[in-house]
Amino acid sequence: MKTFDYLRPATISDAVAAAAEPGAAYLAAGTNLLDLMKGGISRPDRLVDVTRLPGLDRIEPLPDGGVRIGAMVRNADLACDAGFAKSFPAVAEALLSGASAQLRNAATVGGNLLQRTRCGYFYDVASACNKREPGSGCDARGGENRLHAVLGWSEACIATHPSDFCVPLIALDAVVEIEGKSGRREVALEALHCLPGDTPARETVLEPGDLIVAVRLPGEARAFSAHARYLKVRERTSYAFAVVSAAAALRIEQGTIREARLALGGVAAKPWRARAAEQILLGAGADPAVFRRAAEAALADAKPSGDNQFKIELARRILVRTLTLAAAGTPKRIAALPASPFASASGALQHA
Amino acid sequence: MNFSISLTVNGVRRDVALDDPRVTLLDLLRERLDLTGTKKGCDRGQCGACTVLVDGRRINSCLALAVSHDGAEILTIEGVARGDQLHPVQAAFIAHDGLQCGFCTPGQIMSAIGLIREGQAGDDPERVREGMSGNLCRCGAYAGITEAVLEAQNSLVATSQRRSA
Repeated sequence: MKTFDYLRPATISDAVAAAAEPGAAYLAAGTNLLDLMKGGISRPDRLVDVTRLPGLDRIEPLPDGGVRIGAMVRNADLACDAGFAKSFPAVAEALLSGASAQLRNAATVGGNLLQRTRCGYFYDVASACNKREPGSGCDARGGENRLHAVLGWSEACIATHPSDFCVPLIALDAVVEIEGKSGRREVALEALHCLPGDTPARETVLEPGDLIVAVRLPGEARAFSAHARYLKVRERTSYAFAVVSAAAALRIEQGTIREARLALGGVAAKPWRARAAEQILLGAGADPAVFRRAAEAALADAKPSGDNQFKIELARRILVRTLTLAAAGTPKRIAALPASPFASASGALQHA
Repeated sequence: MNFSISLTVNGVRRDVALDDPRVTLLDLLRERLDLTGTKKGCDRGQCGACTVLVDGRRINSCLALAVSHDGAEILTIEGVARGDQLHPVQAAFIAHDGLQCGFCTPGQIMSAIGLIREGQAGDDPERVREGMSGNLCRCGAYAGITEAVLEAQNSLVATSQRRSA
């Protein structure tokens, strides 16, 4: 690992000033950044430790029924906050389906949003990668790419965003609070991440020094709590990134869907909101044919970026499954295997 | 740059002068404090061999910068037994053959202690398996590990019920 200067500022404004310098990076838990630094993928000259900044570790209910989640809240603490999990069950389920218990105990809300792609060519410094080294090319295009993007990709980059947490968050219109050199501003989470285009190294709209201080869910997001699920197909039962994942949140009145939110994970360089599919569901019942039409709309623009044609049909099916389970109702307790598409009775071994 | 940090490791306060901010908590324990029970497996947060409790929570010590944990309370495998009396999780791993080569075992035991403290798995074997999925065992002793964690969970719950009765 390249050496670096280590700073632990006492205030947010000092942190922003310290991190605005060229070569600086924020350090929270470090569960992604230290891994990247050990591999030589990230080579910061200065780490600005934000773990002791005051006021960033709170989960605060808002007057409108929403919630404000501090950027330093640990994934496990948010997922296991009873009030939060009851109001936003798909978000809790997504969190518990990610990483391992050790990582969830450390990893932070802000860090989750800013985690880097898990594309193997991004991680391998001997490979060409336009994200890691602009202009060097993309070895993933002609390489092992069955898990790469099927939506929003470009010739320059076919990487995916690996977050589970972000998928239900964008479905529920989460907003990101950012402190920067010119003060506080807000960005819809849906607008935080950039599609690769010709500049895959630019992954978010954040500017040097910008610090995510909180993520907010609006009060309306609670209206879906009775019918909200997150499902995630993995290549092993647990502790794996999504091949494809989906969040579905429905507001159902007398058997009719009045409002619907849908998003996909593992399919693009950003968590993918499926607004056209949401419209198709309005006024319908829990009808498999309508769910399938919505899923087809969600993937209408999808195209394989390599050996990953299968992900398109897999994404449609996982959307139908997620909608079916969401319509059936949020379970009282999150399943033993959170977000597993292979549901079974509680207590039974599902993958023995 | 020099960084002085102080940690409480297995109940003992340790003041450490770090000459390099790159030192992970894992390397600090193993190389500077000679606590080699905590193992370095992958060193990338994938295997769980380096699991320790920091302020009561299990984390991967290989992905934690020591300097960032100034003031923390650390519990490692060396600190769980009371003299010759094994921790109930250690005893259960022996009773259920929850190991073969033993390399992953300190991490498995620290993770199990963390899991039981978290109180989310209870006596559901599937929840235990899911809760332990961050600890790989290349010998494949998983069946024994699950049995050991379940037994230890039950004996620790029984002990705490006796204490509160």
